[in-house]
Amino acid sequence: MHKKRPASFYWLTAFFGLFVLFLYGPISAILILSFQGPNGGLTFPMNGFSIHWFFALFGEQLVGDFETSFLRSLQLGLIVMALTVVISLVTGLAFRKKFFGSNLLFYTTVASLIVPSILVSLGIGLIFNIMDWEVSWTTSGLGAHLTWTLPFGFLIMIAVFNRFDKSYEEAARDLGASNWQTICHVVLPIIGPSLIGVALFGFTLSYDEFARTLMTSGVKNTLPLEIFGMTTNVTTPTLYALGTLTTFFSLFMILTAMGVLFYLRRRQESHGSDAGKGV
Amino acid sequence: MDHKSPLSTLLQISPISLILGFFLVLPIGTILIVSFWDYNDFSFFPDFVWTNYSDALGSNVTYKTYLNTFWYAGLTWLFTFLIGFTVAYFLAFHIHTTRWQIVLFLICTIPFWTSNIIRMISWIPFLGRNGVFNTMLQSIGLIDEPLEFLLFSDFSIVLAFVHLYALFMVVPIFNSMMRIDRSLIEAAIDGGAHGWQMLTNVVIPLCKPGIAIGSIFVVTLVMGDYITVRLMGGGQRASVGVMMWNEISLLLYPAAAAHAVVLLAVVLIMVSLIVRVVDLKKEL
Repeated sequence: MHKKRPASFYWLTAFFGLFVLFLYGPISAILILSFQGPNGGLTFPMNGFSIHWFFALFGEQLVGDFETSFLRSLQLGLIVMALTVVISLVTGLAFRKKFFGSNLLFYTTVASLIVPSILVSLGIGLIFNIMDWEVSWTTSGLGAHLTWTLPFGFLIMIAVFNRFDKSYEEAARDLGASNWQTICHVVLPIIGPSLIGVALFGFTLSYDEFARTLMTSGVKNTLPLEIFGMTTNVTTPTLYALGTLTTFFSLFMILTAMGVLFYLRRRQESHGSDAGKGV
Repeated sequence: MDHKSPLSTLLQISPISLILGFFLVLPIGTILIVSFWDYNDFSFFPDFVWTNYSDALGSNVTYKTYLNTFWYAGLTWLFTFLIGFTVAYFLAFHIHTTRWQIVLFLICTIPFWTSNIIRMISWIPFLGRNGVFNTMLQSIGLIDEPLEFLLFSDFSIVLAFVHLYALFMVVPIFNSMMRIDRSLIEAAIDGGAHGWQMLTNVVIPLCKPGIAIGSIFVVTLVMGDYITVRLMGGGQRASVGVMMWNEISLLLYPAAAAHAVVLLAVVLIMVSLIVRVVDLKKEL
């Protein structure tokens, strides 16, 4: 059945196209400009074509401390990701029924999103200052990141469990599954894809986090802080080369997550039903 | 039928409670306390003085800075709303297959998962004196001199905000639109509603929750922003975040704390005004 599309469809398609151009245009410019020739500048036109600026990033006169800060952000991102997935999951499980203080906890978690990041940064910095503890990305930085990633993970889990059909669990219990078995063999496989989503949020939000890290990472910079430092004193396309690399890394993580999602869905479809197949 | 004991619930919620307790609630409490402390050139120390607040609220600079920040927030809200609503409407009502909806939705979402700072920097080759826009406008003879206001200005700041945060409007509004019962739309059309009437009388009222959630995100992100204004304003523009950060880097912690408390109050008032429209919990 093909109805004729209204004129508004074409206007909106054009608008959407412009929006996509708006989203991706600037970043593609960075991508191209990072391959500037050795004498090229920060703007077009391209002055030759080379991978000079990528070498400059790793080369002798290292611009900033890019490699260690990248490794730091990577580790922190993975730790935050793991913690976000596990904690969001167990919190989501708890929220499937009302308990004393559930509203308070819900609104505190939402508040964690709403409170301006600079306050979280300042507040944690103050506590560590007053207690005479040393701020470090593994302690204060980790905590600050979790205040940003946990609400996303938590809200996703709440949304997931709100749509969760409880009859699957009841069926499992009727068949004699224990609580633990029900969760491992019924609940987790069903919500698996959402957990991948939570993991993606946990990693990327931490990997790119700036404002909450500002006062909480101590003397050792995470990658976004390092990049920010570079914006004030680097005036060569090295900056773009770094931008290209981290963007590709982010894209790699996103594609990995989507790959896993796709794999899970395929597996779920092929294992979907064993009704009538005997055991 | 419930198999869960209070103990297992307690175990399940303790990690998040401890983390938010220590890294969110306690820090805000500390800010509140320190905002009454006193300081000199070298350190800050326990006291109970109102001077931090009287300094903050008695200064014209504070009001100007807030006005400026409201201006950024207002403009960013307006543009992200217009863009977000249009994009969400297109995805929800003009794309009919789920597969395409997912594909197009992902195309909008991917930039959100990349670095904000890189996304800001990526405007520099476009907006600079010798940037793409100026070169283009000059080559078609629209202007003789390069436009100076494009980069390191209010224009570039708001542009970057819209670029960074448009998605925060698209997602919740799209979510609301997908929940609208399609028969309501058909009923409106059968009842003789034109496109525009359907939009204002059916779609927009039913999207209010999504619009509210998107607005909360955009407004709070802009109000507390430090880095976008710093980077895209070239260090020449003021916002509440920049003002606070200047005090922090001068180690004037109690003064920064007082500003932080005021900012928090302002943000909470703005959020509570928006929340009046919507029951957040129902939306999940």
